[in-house]
Amino acid sequence: MTGLRESLLNQIRAVEFATLELNLFLNSHPDNQHALRDYNNHVRQLMALKNEYERNFGPLINFGFGYSRCPWQWINDPWPWEYDSGRGY
Amino acid sequence: MWLYEKKLQYPVRIKKPNPQMAMYILSQFGGPDGELAASLRYLSQRHHMPIPEAKAMLNDIGTEELAHFEMIGAMVHQLMKNASLEQIKAAGAGTWYTDHDRATWPGTGTGVPFTASYIMSKGDPIADLYEDLAAEQKARATYEHLIDLADDPDVIDPLRWLREREVVHFQRFGEILMKLQEHRDRKHVF
Repeated sequence: MTGLRESLLNQIRAVEFATLELNLFLNSHPDNQHALRDYNNHVRQLMALKNEYERNFGPLINFGFGYSRCPWQWINDPWPWEYDSGRGY
Repeated sequence: MWLYEKKLQYPVRIKKPNPQMAMYILSQFGGPDGELAASLRYLSQRHHMPIPEAKAMLNDIGTEELAHFEMIGAMVHQLMKNASLEQIKAAGAGTWYTDHDRATWPGTGTGVPFTASYIMSKGDPIADLYEDLAAEQKARATYEHLIDLADDPDVIDPLRWLREREVVHFQRFGEILMKLQEHRDRKHVF
């Protein structure tokens, strides 16, 4: 389970890094059609990955941006700043 | 408003405690060229930007800096968490332990608290963009100093990644500065 979680998070990080970089680039090059196409393609991939993560592990973003099962999954450990090599996360 | 995404922008997984490195890295948490200063600088300056490109860039880079603030916090936390008192004393971090135990706090490792006097929001878009370009270069240099001081690959890897972000932000701010200069030089006839 931890393995799937980390693997999905890493895939999300990779795609979201691309969307963030393209976003910043588009802020100063708003007419660049190639970058815009690339951005929109990555958005589609990112949404699919986030859906898969949230189905398995609960909301990645809270305040109504993701569904939760019972009990409320948002409070589940680990939090992003936590790492314990002994526990594998 | 802002939303919190429950993940780090880039992973931080430090296995070995190192209070001395934590003290050095704290400068990027609450120090003069740190991530908190960067974020607050851009998120303050965005209000008076005259063109949409500049508003978006300061807003979005100011937001990304908060994700970097989070990564630096995670690094300091992981370097301190399992440090023994012997390691803390040997690292000269005993004065930090006195006031903070192993906690993360926005100030430098020498105890200088974060202050808004590290940043400026002048109300002059071009003057402010020059400050932002300088800030990215100073942060890049700080990361290079930290990489020089580090010997653990778990520490060096995220530091190298953060250093590269400073280079990209410098490039994007340079493009915005040019657009602001074009905007200033355009004739405004009514």
